[in-house]
Amino acid sequence: MIRVLVSEAAIDVATELDALECAGGGAVATFTGLVRDDSGVKELFLEHYPDATEKALGDLAAEAAQRWSLAATTVIHRVGAMAPGERIVFVGTAAAHRAAALEACAFLIDRLKTDAPFWKRETRGQDARWVGERDSDHHAADRWKQ
Amino acid sequence: MVDLLYFAWVRESIGIGHECATPPAEVADVAGLIDWLAARGGGYAEALGDKTRLRAAIDQLFVPLDAPIAEAREIALFPPVTGG
Repeated sequence: MIRVLVSEAAIDVATELDALECAGGGAVATFTGLVRDDSGVKELFLEHYPDATEKALGDLAAEAAQRWSLAATTVIHRVGAMAPGERIVFVGTAAAHRAAALEACAFLIDRLKTDAPFWKRETRGQDARWVGERDSDHHAADRWKQ
Repeated sequence: MVDLLYFAWVRESIGIGHECATPPAEVADVAGLIDWLAARGGGYAEALGDKTRLRAAIDQLFVPLDAPIAEAREIALFPPVTGG
């Protein structure tokens, strides 16, 4: 099972976890990203490239399925306006054993950061600012290139 | 005729998210397209003046700026991505 979703709706982790646990593996790994309250951020707005985002996430999920033996993969990314503390991204994997589930989960979130067309804009008071790229994200993604 | 899409601050500076354009035949790659658009001045020059800050996709796949555009139906110009 591969489930990819880009949506303005809140991410229901309990439902997603249920689906992963029903996939028949013995191990489930998940990553949840939350909107950070970095120096007074009041709102985080996520812009994306419709269709291209779903395609990029689907390609990553397919690459993970080639590299590891996975029973299920879920990648969900929120778009639109969010407040600090809200879930922005959820990645989950199910596999027979923990190593594949944990590694594939890390691969998916690391590569999502550099390979999927999303852009963050932070608002502090009246000041709205687009977030710049981070070298550390590229280093994290690069470790999966071989 | 090609669809041009702009995202994030590129879209805000230019003032629109989508337009159709017919670049002249001598515009061979994405970098050439960026120069051609930037020459329009105003928000285009502001958004597209520094290519080191820009990334591109052709038909929804990320490409380097020296990618040829002859076969492109849709070209997107945007800042480095910051999702996750």
